[in-house]
Amino acid sequence: MKRLLAAPEGRLAVITLVIFAGMSFLAPDRFLSVQNVTSMAFQFPEFAILALAMTITMLTGGIDLSVVGIANLSAIVAALILTRFATGTTGTDAVLWLALALAAAGGIGLVAGLFNGVAVAVFGLPAILATLGSGLIFTGIAIALTGGSAVMGFPAAAAWLGNATLAGVPVPLLLFALLAGGLAFVLARTGFGLKVQMYGTNPLAAHFAGVDVTRLLIRVYAVSGVLAAIAGLVVMSRANSAKADYGSSYLLLAVLIAVLGGVNPYGGYGRVVGVVLAVLSMQFLSSGLNMLGVSNFARELIWGALLLVVMVVNAGSWPRLRARPRVRAEPGLQPSPGTET
Amino acid sequence: MKLDLTRNETLVAGVILAFCAIAAVVDPGFLSMPTLTDLLRGGIVLGIFAVGAMLVLVSGGIDVSFTAVAAFAMYTTTLLLVNWAPGLPWWAAFLVAMAIGALLGAFNGLFIAGFGLPTLIVTLGTLSIFRGFLLTFVGSKLISNLPPGMRDFSRLMMVRGTNADGSFYSLPWAFAFLVGVVVVTWTILYRTMLGRAIFAMGGSMESARRIGIPVRATQFFVYVYVGTMAGLAGIIHASMARVANPFDLVGLELSVIAAVVLGGARLAGGYGTLTGTLLGVALIVLVRNSLIVLGIPSTWQSVAIGILILIGTGLPAWQAKRAAARAA
Repeated sequence: MKRLLAAPEGRLAVITLVIFAGMSFLAPDRFLSVQNVTSMAFQFPEFAILALAMTITMLTGGIDLSVVGIANLSAIVAALILTRFATGTTGTDAVLWLALALAAAGGIGLVAGLFNGVAVAVFGLPAILATLGSGLIFTGIAIALTGGSAVMGFPAAAAWLGNATLAGVPVPLLLFALLAGGLAFVLARTGFGLKVQMYGTNPLAAHFAGVDVTRLLIRVYAVSGVLAAIAGLVVMSRANSAKADYGSSYLLLAVLIAVLGGVNPYGGYGRVVGVVLAVLSMQFLSSGLNMLGVSNFARELIWGALLLVVMVVNAGSWPRLRARPRVRAEPGLQPSPGTET
Repeated sequence: MKLDLTRNETLVAGVILAFCAIAAVVDPGFLSMPTLTDLLRGGIVLGIFAVGAMLVLVSGGIDVSFTAVAAFAMYTTTLLLVNWAPGLPWWAAFLVAMAIGALLGAFNGLFIAGFGLPTLIVTLGTLSIFRGFLLTFVGSKLISNLPPGMRDFSRLMMVRGTNADGSFYSLPWAFAFLVGVVVVTWTILYRTMLGRAIFAMGGSMESARRIGIPVRATQFFVYVYVGTMAGLAGIIHASMARVANPFDLVGLELSVIAAVVLGGARLAGGYGTLTGTLLGVALIVLVRNSLIVLGIPSTWQSVAIGILILIGTGLPAWQAKRAAARAA
């Protein structure tokens, strides 16, 4: 038990179970119903994928505040292609246009991510500012493309990504499982993953160990951009429309989930398992509170409070999880007193 | 005085002048009293926020919760006045709002200075806590019937006049509060030991601790001060808009930080000037109010601000990187 509680993931697993048990106890007939479980499985993948994007940037000690901007811009580009060209088409044509729209969205995500990566790695901008500025630009382009209104009227095939089930399992959930599994594999089993964690632990040491830091950071932000674009597509498919200001609350939520999942915002430590657990606990809490008749605003309050509580608990264990104290702190996420020992 | 092109202040001032020059050519009516008073009026709330945000950046932290603090203080104060003390004069309302702001700031300070948590994460958390608490437990309905004290304040004008074409222009006394906030903050930063401590802390937390600066107390002060400023900005916003809307202000935080960063304050801490901050605010207000004069549709506003942030912070960062590469 003590060993389980020593790792942030262990503590989080306990928290998740407690929330699940609590909600099941408070609203047994509704919370445990098939309907609720399915609806939860459809709801969380979109922000969970954004949280994965946040996780990989945070592992390097950075942050990506432009994820929601990238998600909306990619979704809008896909939506414009679908409404402009794909309406009325059937059969192979429809599938081809859909594939093209999805590819275009992914491409936008990749380009946007590369843009962030170059700003951070080549020009040396602090990640907060680079992604804050680029996020405004992406959102701004999305507004300019649509005039601020929603794009809707897609062919029926577009709804598959967000609303269909495959062998009884919701497609968005499958997609999230695939991406989370992939990211976990990349981080734990590939050279790229190792370098990401090395850089996050100590950028200078990683540089001296021969890691091409510039290339590494650009790739990290590119991955984050593509993940954000995928999240945008899921949102688009579920909402059956795309708009420049969708999911604006997801930014905070994505940061919150990553930190809740035990990812160290100073970089160097974080596991996908933790992020998945954090996503589940958030969704259980959110759905449960919804059933208990708690307003959306109260949910925001509880999320914020949960974040602070988990931070206070985790703050004590970060220094021990890190091999060495950071030599050069990332601007903007300056170590505060008590965490730099 | 030598013109230093590497300084953000010079860059921003240059962009502002260029903007105004082009705008004046495109629309001769641009250079007029109404434009000036509109800009100054638009800069009051943003300016007070920015001065507070700059102080945090100088101390080496970042605060994104101040808009929620402002909305909380503004709405709660208005509600208190409407329900229990409608006869209170405006300055009492201002004091109440500032006290509420200070209290919420102390909450931030507790987690940041007390527990030593990263400032961005804490203030992201408190942003949703303050907003969630306000909308759940205090209220989510618009108050359009402001107490008489606040209405009186909104009628106090410093300058009032009529343009040649018969249009009115005016500058409310609220502007004096921005001036006051700037003067007080200048005094703290440059004329007190506290100000030195804030700069030292931003430069290097560890060094500041080793030379005997009480870093925790100083950090705590910084967040209380920002909270107080946010409370003031909130109540001024409500008085000037003549309505207390709990959904107002939140969402403005990134624009404010953008203004401060444009003005040359560094996210890494230890550097920032009031002149730069005010110039940054002026530029953001100019872009928000007058982009349309240059023939750029207002839908491109946030693109323009985003580009300004990237260039404004990218140039110094790029120069610093090159200088470091040369030294190595």
